[in-house]
Amino acid sequence: MSKEHVLQAKPMGLAGLAQGNVKAVSVIIAVVVLGSVGALSVDTRFVYLLVYAWFGIIYGLLLQYGRFCMASAVRDLFAVGVPRMAVGMLIAVCLFSLTAATVQATGFSTFGPHPLGWHVIVGGLIFGFGMVFTGGCASGSLYKAGEGNVGSMLVVFAISFSQAIIVAAGGWLDALVPAGWTASAAAKDMPAELSVTQGWFDQFTAGYIWDLKGSTVAADLGMDGTVAGAFLANALLSAIVPSLVLLVLLYRRYFRRSYLRREHIATPTLRSDLHGMWAMVTSSKSTALAGAGLGIFAGMQMWITGALREHYGIFNFGELLSAMGYENGLSLQGTVFDPGYWYITTQEAQWGGWILNQLGVNNMDNIFFGLDNGLPNPLLNAPGFMSIGIILGAAVMAHMRREFKWKLPSLETAMFALIGGTLMGIGARIGMGCNIGAFFATVTNGDLSGWVFLAGMVGGGWLGVKVFNTWLEWRASRSGEFDL
Amino acid sequence: MAVKFEQTGDGAYSLDVRGYSCPHPQMYTKKALQKMASGDVLTLLFDNPSSGESIIAMCDTDGNELFERKESGGSFTWLIRKV
Repeated sequence: MSKEHVLQAKPMGLAGLAQGNVKAVSVIIAVVVLGSVGALSVDTRFVYLLVYAWFGIIYGLLLQYGRFCMASAVRDLFAVGVPRMAVGMLIAVCLFSLTAATVQATGFSTFGPHPLGWHVIVGGLIFGFGMVFTGGCASGSLYKAGEGNVGSMLVVFAISFSQAIIVAAGGWLDALVPAGWTASAAAKDMPAELSVTQGWFDQFTAGYIWDLKGSTVAADLGMDGTVAGAFLANALLSAIVPSLVLLVLLYRRYFRRSYLRREHIATPTLRSDLHGMWAMVTSSKSTALAGAGLGIFAGMQMWITGALREHYGIFNFGELLSAMGYENGLSLQGTVFDPGYWYITTQEAQWGGWILNQLGVNNMDNIFFGLDNGLPNPLLNAPGFMSIGIILGAAVMAHMRREFKWKLPSLETAMFALIGGTLMGIGARIGMGCNIGAFFATVTNGDLSGWVFLAGMVGGGWLGVKVFNTWLEWRASRSGEFDL
Repeated sequence: MAVKFEQTGDGAYSLDVRGYSCPHPQMYTKKALQKMASGDVLTLLFDNPSSGESIIAMCDTDGNELFERKESGGSFTWLIRKV
């Protein structure tokens, strides 16, 4: 027990970080530095890819520092009545909306609004349900993988392959596709090699999604492209006001009573409630700090990627790959997935899709890979390096705080990881993203569809906790080890 | 690897949820504390850092006293006195 040390019962601060595992941290930093230098020595234009990797590392550092587990934003409200992460997430939303508005005002925004339809809430519901069982969202699973959690690695595996399979699946699923989608897809005049009337996801995309509209609050109010539109419409109205309303609701439902009791306040006033709100926001300083940091860096990434696109005169990384002589894996349009901001699930779908493609599966005949996102080699997948960066950044922080530990899943956890991860993958494709791509990145850029995704996720999370509780009770009653 | 909740003495309980990721540790902790009487002490062992944050907040809300936090090699041992 010589290594054991006692911590005071207070939020863990930055103090003590230096006591961590210096060797492991040095190895990871060396890999990142050498990898970056190596890539730049091959071609300096790889800086575009490296920006993704570096921001991924920053996100990983912050996610682990704040234990920024967005799954618990929804789940822990219902499971244990704790609003900590919901508050952290809303802080991040407010900050990111302001940095995103700044980027919009400079004209470097890479954001495009998501089409709004029933699929958003259905996708959110499936994603939120699955998320309860995996113990983390898509980003959360990456950062927990960096803490040595092998179960979370299984979640990433399941998210990758379930998406890759679902977007290319045909057969009996095609029989469920409404005739209207097939007709609408057929009318789109797509290249024959895409066979858009085969495969349910192609018909869902071309026959349903493409007929929907996406918009931002600024565009709806006729303020698109203006500074006022960016700050007042897209930041204030779309993100900050709804976040403040939710914070008030969270306070009333989950924090107020215990706060008033702790502070011995018998007759609450507006002033005491405002103090209580502030106490809730600052109750977990590391979460609040991480949320603020994530919001700021997410905006910076969008700005830097936008500036690089301007510099290279491109709209998409595919053009740069092509100019560097890498043609393999580009879509029919010569593009690859390249959102320019924090996004998780699509690049993971590409990892799974690329492996299946190497194994001989023809999955370039669908819209998702063949027309939109391509299937680049994982070594050339820029957003993929953002995901890897999150794992590495989290590993660095976990080692610094001596929280890194290889954790092998039990059969139960492994099963939950695979089933939950598969559901998250399916939900992400139907809802067009995860809690980051479909919620965090949308509401902060003036696209209200993200709040609809969140509503779905909350519903799915609530249902997931019900089912999870039933499972715990059943399991406990069988094992006899936890007499409930 | 299984959850272990046992009485270790008079008014003393132990809950071992090492190897479990969210949401298991916080949910088992909540259930364990519900089983205990006022003044009883729970020794909680877990190794999923983000669960710790939820458990701190749970203790704050319910008034339970988290009076000792030890960490060793990525595993946490926390002592909680039920209010």
